[in-house]
Amino acid sequence: MIREITLGQYYPADSIIHKLDPRVKLMGTIFFIISLFLFKNFVGYIVVTIFLISVIKLSKVPFSFMVKGMKAIVFLLMLTVVMNMFMTVGEPLVTLGKLTITKEGLRSAIFMGLRLMYLVIGSSVMTLTTTPNNLTDGMEKLMNPLKKIKVPVHEISMMMSIALSFIPTLVEETDKIMKAQTARCADFESKNLIKRVKSYIPVLVPLFISAFRRANDLAMAMEARCYNGGEGRTKMYPLEYKKRDRIAYAIMLIYLILTVLLPRIIPFDLLVGLLFKA
Amino acid sequence: MGIIVNHVNYIYNEGTALESVAVRDVSFAVNEGEFIGVIGHTGCGKSTLMQLINGILKPSSGGIYYNGQDVYDDDFDLKTLRSKVGLVFQYPEHQLFEVDVFSDVCFGPNNLGLPKSEVQLRAYDALKAVKLPEDCFYSSPFDLSGGEKRRVAIAGVLAMKPEILILDEPTAGLDPAGRLEILELIKELQKKSGISIILVSHSMEDVAEYADRIIVIDKGSIVFDDTPENVFTKYDELDALGLSVPSPTRVLYKLRDKGIPAKVKAITTDEAVEEIMRLYADKYGRLN
Amino acid sequence: MNLIEAKNVVFEYFRRNKDGEVDGINRAVDDVSLDISQGDFIAILGHNGSGKSTLAKHMNAILYPSEGTVVVDGMDTTDEDKLWDIRQTTGMVFQNPDNQMIGTVVEEDVGFGPENIGVPSKEIWERVAESLKCVGMYEFRKKSPSRLSGGQKQRVSIAGVLAMHPKCIILDEPTAMLDPVGRKEVIRAIRALNDVEKITIILITHYMEEAVYADKVFVMDKGKVVMQGNPREIFSRSKELQELRLTVPNATLIADELRSRGVNIPEGIISEEELVEALSTIL
Repeated sequence: MIREITLGQYYPADSIIHKLDPRVKLMGTIFFIISLFLFKNFVGYIVVTIFLISVIKLSKVPFSFMVKGMKAIVFLLMLTVVMNMFMTVGEPLVTLGKLTITKEGLRSAIFMGLRLMYLVIGSSVMTLTTTPNNLTDGMEKLMNPLKKIKVPVHEISMMMSIALSFIPTLVEETDKIMKAQTARCADFESKNLIKRVKSYIPVLVPLFISAFRRANDLAMAMEARCYNGGEGRTKMYPLEYKKRDRIAYAIMLIYLILTVLLPRIIPFDLLVGLLFKA
Repeated sequence: MGIIVNHVNYIYNEGTALESVAVRDVSFAVNEGEFIGVIGHTGCGKSTLMQLINGILKPSSGGIYYNGQDVYDDDFDLKTLRSKVGLVFQYPEHQLFEVDVFSDVCFGPNNLGLPKSEVQLRAYDALKAVKLPEDCFYSSPFDLSGGEKRRVAIAGVLAMKPEILILDEPTAGLDPAGRLEILELIKELQKKSGISIILVSHSMEDVAEYADRIIVIDKGSIVFDDTPENVFTKYDELDALGLSVPSPTRVLYKLRDKGIPAKVKAITTDEAVEEIMRLYADKYGRLN
Repeated sequence: MNLIEAKNVVFEYFRRNKDGEVDGINRAVDDVSLDISQGDFIAILGHNGSGKSTLAKHMNAILYPSEGTVVVDGMDTTDEDKLWDIRQTTGMVFQNPDNQMIGTVVEEDVGFGPENIGVPSKEIWERVAESLKCVGMYEFRKKSPSRLSGGQKQRVSIAGVLAMHPKCIILDEPTAMLDPVGRKEVIRAIRALNDVEKITIILITHYMEEAVYADKVFVMDKGKVVMQGNPREIFSRSKELQELRLTVPNATLIADELRSRGVNIPEGIISEEELVEALSTIL
C-alpha cells in the first residue's frame, strides 16, 4: 500500500556516478541545491536541466525511479504551485472570480515547482547511486574536523546508516500490519479526520513494538560481531580521492560558474524576445 | 454457500518495469466444512492468493464470488467478505496492540459495528475456542508466551465469526508441542463449528495429517488440486517442483525402489506403520 | 583442551510487575556445566523458553553468568579485557535474518565484522570473498540483502561471522523462520563448515531432523541440561522427549512403533535412509 517510497533506496548499477567518492556526491548535491536558488531566470533552468539529465543518464538508474521519489511530495508540490500562482502580486493574466493569476505568479509558480522537483530528483540521484553505508562514511569523513569539538561524528553517521538501511524493512512491515488489521475489518479511509487518525493506532502500536524489537536484535547482533564504536575500526572502502573524483569536482565548479554567469551574459528578456519572434 | 475463485490473475506493479505476475489464472471453490491444505514455495503466490480471497487485494482480472455474488459489485460491502473469510497472517501476534487480551479480540467485531454485548460475547467465545485460560483475559497480550499470543491473534479473527478461516503458516517458529497444539486446535474448530479451513503450510507432514484436500501452487498457478492420497502419488512431479512428499510416504517409495512390493498410499506415520506391518505379515505371517 | 567450558552456570534476571517493580527472580539457566571441544558439532534442543538461547548467549559474552564461570578458549567471559577476543573466537548467528543484516549490499554486511576488529582494507576484501564462497553466496555479493530469500540471508549472516575467522559459530535457531528449502541450505552450509573448515558448531534448534548430524546433543528444560548424549542415544528416549515438549525424527517414530508391535528392527534409527536400509533387509 505504501511501498512506493524510494527515497533512500539504493539502486545497484555499474556506472561512473556509482563509483564516485561519496564525498563528491554529497558536496555535489549541496552545490546543486545551492545552484537551484542562485538564479532567477530561464537560462539558469536550461543549464540546470541539462546538467541533471546528463547526471541521470550517466548514473544508469532508470528515470522512473527518480520520478517515483516525487510521489512523496506531490501534495507539497501542488501547494507550492497553487500558492505561488494566486498569491503573487503583479500584472493580471486570467481572473477566476476573486482569484487572479498574474504573469509574475505564473512565472514563480513554474519556477518554484521546478525547483522543488529538481531538489528531490537531485537528492534521489545521490541516494540511488550510493549505498547508505558508503554515504555515511562520506559524511563521517567530511564532518571529521568536528570531532575536535567533541561532536560524536562516528556515532551520528552509524545511526544514519542504520536508519537508512532499515527504511525498506519498516515500510514492508507497515504494509503487512495494515493488511493484517484490514483483515480484521479496520477502516483506514474514514472521512472524519479524528477517526482517521485514531484508526492508525492499531498500526502504529505494533509498528513501534516491532521497531524496538528489531533495534534490540540488531544491537545484539552488532555487539556479537565486535562492534565497539569508531575506535580502531578499519574501512572496507577507505575513502581516497581518485582522478575521476577530481574531475567531478572540476565539472561541478564549472557548472556552478555557468549557472551564475550564463544568465548574466544571456539576459532573460533577450531570450524571451527571441522566443516570441520565432 | 462458500467462495468461488474464477480465473483470477494478479499482477504486481502492472504497467511498470517491475511488473510481475503473482497469481496466474487460478480457479477453485471452497466448499462448506472443508479442510484444504495449500502448499508451495516461498514466493509462489500463495500468500497473494489468500489476500485476494479475503478482499485485501483486488484481482487484476477474474472474479471472486461470495454466496454467488461478485464481491466487487457496487452493492457488496467488502467488510462482509473480510469477516466471513477470516485471514490469519503469518506471525499474527505481531499485530496485537490493545492494553489487554480481551480488548484486542474485540477489535474485529467492533469494526463490524455490532452492539457492545454482542462484541463481548463473541470475544469471550473466541477466547474460549482457542483454549486460553480465563485468568489471561485481562493481562497485557505482551506478557503472554509465544504460543498464547498466537492463539489470542487467532481468536481476534475468530471473533468475527468467519465461515472460512485461512491460516498462513500458523505454526512458524513454535516448538514441536506448540505446533501440535495449534494444529489440533484448528482441526477441532473445523469439526466443532463446521467452518472451512485453508491451511497454508510448508510442512507436507502437517498437511497430510490434517487436510482432506491439497492445492499445490507453483509460479502463481495451481498445479494439483486433489485429495492428499492422490497428490502424494505424484512423487516425481513434486520432486521436480522442489517439493517433497511427506516423510512416511517417502519411506515407502524408497522401499518400493528397492524391489519391496510396498503400496505407496500411506501419507501419515500410522498408515506407513500399517503398510509395513502388512508387508511383514505377508512374509512372516501375522504377528500377535 | 576444551574450547568452551561452562561450570555450574546460573543466570538470573528480575521479573517485573506492571509498574516495573521487581516482584521475583527468574532462573533462566540453572546450574549448567558442559564442555565443548574444538571441532565438535553440538546441538542444543529444548522447547521455547527452556533457556537454550540464554545459555548460548553466555558463550560469546553477550550475557554473563550470575553464578559459575564460562571459559572460552582459555578466557573467562567476565574478563573485560578479553571481551572482543572472546566474541571473535565464538561468532553468533541469530534467528531473524532481517534483524542482523547491517549494510545494504551483501559484501558490506560481511565486511562489517572484520572492519570492527581492525582488519586492513585489502584483507577485508579477501576475507569477504573467501567467506561468501564458503557458504555459496559469492555470486550474490553485489546484491541487496532485501532481494534474497530467507535461507540466502542466513547464509550471508554465517559468512559475516566466518569473515572474523572464529573457532566456533553459535547458531541460535537459525532456521526457525525459514521454509524447508532455506532450512536445507543453511544446514548444508553449517555441516560443510564443520566438516571442511573444522569449525566448532553449536546449533540451537527445535527441528529434530537437524540435530541428527550432531556429534553430541544437549536437551534443556527449565534452565537445566536434562539429557545429553549422541543423537542415537537421545532419540531412543522418545517418551521423555515428548514430555519435554519435543519429538523425535519421523523415521525414529516409525521404527519405534514397528518394534513395539513385534517387528525385529534395530534400535537407534534416526534417519530415513537408516530406516529404509533396516527394513529392506527384513522385508
